[in-house]
Amino acid sequence: MRGSNARRSRRAVLWSGLVTLAFAAAACATNAPQDALKPVGPVAKQEDNLFRPVFWIAVAVFVLVEGGLIYLCARFRRRSDNDAPKQIHGNKRLEILWTILPAALLAGIAIPVVITIFDVAAKPVGSNVIHVKLTGHQWWWQYEYTDFKTPQGTTLKTANELVIPTGRWVYLSMTSADVIHSYWVPKLSGKQDVIPNRTTYLKLRSDVPGVFRGQCAEFCALSHANMRLRVIVEAPSDFDRWVAGQLLPAAAPSDPIAMARLTATCFACHNIGGVPGSQGALIGPDLTHFGSRTSFAGSMFEMTPENIAAWLRDPPGVKPGVPIGEPGGTMMPNYHLSQAEIDALVAYLINLK
Amino acid sequence: MTTASVATAGWFRRPTSKRGVWSWLTTVDHKRIGILYGATAILFFVIGGVEALFIRIQLARPEGKVLSAHQYNELFTMHGLTMIFLVVMPLGAAFFNYMMPIMIGARDVAFPRLNAFSYWVFLFGGIFLYSSFFMNQAPDGGWFGYAPLSVRLPGHGMTFYSLGLIILGISSTVAAVNFLTTIINMRAPGMSLMRMPVFVWMTFVVQFLLVFALPILTVALFQMFFDRSLGTNFFSSANGTSDPVLWQHLFWLFGHPEVYVLILPAMGIVSEVLPVFARKPLFGYPVVVFSGIAIGFMGWGVWAHHMFAVGLGPVANTAFALSTMFIAVPTGVKIFNWMATLWGGSIRFASPMLFSLGMIAMFTIGGLSGVTHAIVPHDYQQTDTYYVVAHFHYVLFGGAIFGLFSGLYYWWPKITGKLLNEKIGKLHFWLMIVGFNLTFAPFHILGLQGMVRRTYQYPKGYGFDFWNMVSTIGSFTIAASLLVFFYNVRKTRKEGRIAGNDPWDARTLEWTTTSPPPEYNFEEIPVVHALDEFWHRKYVEDKEGRIVPVPSGAQEPAGEHVTGTYAAHGEGHGIHMPSQSYMPLVAATGMPLVGWGLAFRQYWLAIIGGLIVIGGLYAWALEPAAEE
Repeated sequence: MRGSNARRSRRAVLWSGLVTLAFAAAACATNAPQDALKPVGPVAKQEDNLFRPVFWIAVAVFVLVEGGLIYLCARFRRRSDNDAPKQIHGNKRLEILWTILPAALLAGIAIPVVITIFDVAAKPVGSNVIHVKLTGHQWWWQYEYTDFKTPQGTTLKTANELVIPTGRWVYLSMTSADVIHSYWVPKLSGKQDVIPNRTTYLKLRSDVPGVFRGQCAEFCALSHANMRLRVIVEAPSDFDRWVAGQLLPAAAPSDPIAMARLTATCFACHNIGGVPGSQGALIGPDLTHFGSRTSFAGSMFEMTPENIAAWLRDPPGVKPGVPIGEPGGTMMPNYHLSQAEIDALVAYLINLK
Repeated sequence: MTTASVATAGWFRRPTSKRGVWSWLTTVDHKRIGILYGATAILFFVIGGVEALFIRIQLARPEGKVLSAHQYNELFTMHGLTMIFLVVMPLGAAFFNYMMPIMIGARDVAFPRLNAFSYWVFLFGGIFLYSSFFMNQAPDGGWFGYAPLSVRLPGHGMTFYSLGLIILGISSTVAAVNFLTTIINMRAPGMSLMRMPVFVWMTFVVQFLLVFALPILTVALFQMFFDRSLGTNFFSSANGTSDPVLWQHLFWLFGHPEVYVLILPAMGIVSEVLPVFARKPLFGYPVVVFSGIAIGFMGWGVWAHHMFAVGLGPVANTAFALSTMFIAVPTGVKIFNWMATLWGGSIRFASPMLFSLGMIAMFTIGGLSGVTHAIVPHDYQQTDTYYVVAHFHYVLFGGAIFGLFSGLYYWWPKITGKLLNEKIGKLHFWLMIVGFNLTFAPFHILGLQGMVRRTYQYPKGYGFDFWNMVSTIGSFTIAASLLVFFYNVRKTRKEGRIAGNDPWDARTLEWTTTSPPPEYNFEEIPVVHALDEFWHRKYVEDKEGRIVPVPSGAQEPAGEHVTGTYAAHGEGHGIHMPSQSYMPLVAATGMPLVGWGLAFRQYWLAIIGGLIVIGGLYAWALEPAAEE
């Protein structure tokens, strides 16, 4: 009996050790592009700085309680069926102590938490702030850079990939065209829900260039898992060049097969600025500079000719969703394009730099 | 015979069979209803568990292709609905039903037929919800069904969700009123509130939570149903006039008290089991009781901590951060009092005790991750990731399920008369706790590494592969532990050791009667003199506070038996128990018919269902509680 108890408590020690190790391993994970434990942006760092001390306090309480349990089980195990333990009914002082101590500890934690809540919510101000209007769609993101306009007055629009310069705050004002989404770039900031009929706000900044991955965090049906995004942080000069490029119109396709299909089908939902027949309609992503992006379809696919061809051949076949035209449909249907049309469109689209 | 019974006797003779299927279909005995609740809940536990295994198979490797996105959405939605509404709630209800009346020294609940009605409505609600699978229309919008998605999802899935939960809510509300009345009115002489076992106290708090929380959900579900099928605009409109966040407030104003509905019964069980197996009274009984009540009250003020990322603004987020932190205080008090109960005890590691200790150990982890959610700015990182999935599985599986299994092992001998095999029980416990941690501990890491919940696939190259595989292996370990449990149940049925009245040397009234108890529970209604009444009949404390057995035969002070109508010696002759009835079952069968009729717009079917419900209730009202 005694032997098996000792074995049991050894096993318990082993397992609690493993759990702790598992936690520790979280810090050592490599190659995790959405790792919130390795923050880069100032908001994410601020959030992380708050979490770390609380995590270690939690570890201390964990060790205290679990270690205490194991100790109690080992020390006070029944040695004889005639054991007659002292009947202790309670102890007011102790109970008051372990009510007040945790309350005081939590009150201490609460102070920096409340300060940071207000800090993170504060709107960035100054002429340096870049304003972007974000709209969530099933299952892609639209960005409108309201500070940048073409000479004709059209706002800079792009999809899925947010391009920003280093060292400047980007202030997103967000809403949704359909259901609730949530915008999350773990290394730059915690998430903020994107809600129809409401506007919510999120600020982002990075002081180093890089590509940061993120995705929709609020369940939004079939392709919720495929509603991804990228934030591309560039040096200010590269960013300025990018803005100038995005404000230019696109050229119409020279291939009449592509042009015919664009006019007959694509322009019903998509805009390609500068091409005759394009109406600026934006049920779908703006394609004016489609080829300048690194990914498409909610950043689900890398921008390669093969991927674009596969998409055009059968969108719902490569990305789950309900096509427009069916009840509740929101995504691009299969238009049964011919191989010639697909080839012509791929060649045109990928060159929309 | 009264005139009323003549009226019904014209259609039906009251059922009287004590054996066979009809005796179960017409029973109003709280113990049989408890068994029905428990058996049904365990069946649903298997179903919900199989759904979980499918989810884990799909996620074992990146880009899993076992399930389609739609199937995955149906499975995780049904897994959540099943585990919450069809497993943990009814398993708690099974113990409320079976144990609570005996623990307060009553012969039955206040309204026995209403009790049967609760069970049948629950069963038909569950069948209604699951019938959606056979029509390929299972709910697919998540268990908290956020609008406007839940309104816009095509098919009938979320209609099944709204109507199914309304039916299940009727069951729980009716049961809550019944249990409240029972606890307030039917305690044995001397059973003052502060002599009630903690499990009864927690039952009491849970019923209050249900009575006040379920109407909020019911209103929201009706609005969702109206939005879906009548085109109203409570949560979803194209013209910008509705607010989808309203749904979240209503849902979580129900949903957070619901969390305590799920965990408080387990806390009650642990508070019963620890003193028995440590041979010491519960440390600070009043504090444990009041912290349970405090949790019940504070549970109403924390709902928006499910909504920190909604954008309610820094003031609201601050308020809910503070309330969320401070609800940890009474929870922590419970844990410390449990540990102090162990201090100086004589701890016997029988299976019920192992599950209770496991509950404390695992629930603590869930509680700690819960406190980290209150670090609001970092909750913006945690929410909607696997970190949250880890948290609520530590609370609901590590807390509620371990606690309920502790109750199963503890009360099994009382319910069946036979002790579950100890060796197999221990194997079950160790397999389950290892499997549980393998499955859910990795979720903490996955969540913080950026794995979003409710995603049917994850791509390669995100660092999610290893821990997902570990988790899948863990989930099958849990499944294996349950097979061990079922084997134990089977083996015990055949060759289990006979338990006797009091196999654990326990403390409360249910152990004074036979195992299983007679239909009338007690030959004589017990008179209660103290908290832990039964213990004090067996032991007294010497000057140093050590226990000394009372010589047998001297347990009951002479002349304190209740005399008159209750006192009836010898096989319960002369004890009037309520008569069996068809009507609760009949009335409940109408409910899913109403549901199917409304879901598929076959209004004739809904009308037939409604008439069955009304007819059943009417006939029930006319028949007397007990035939003379």
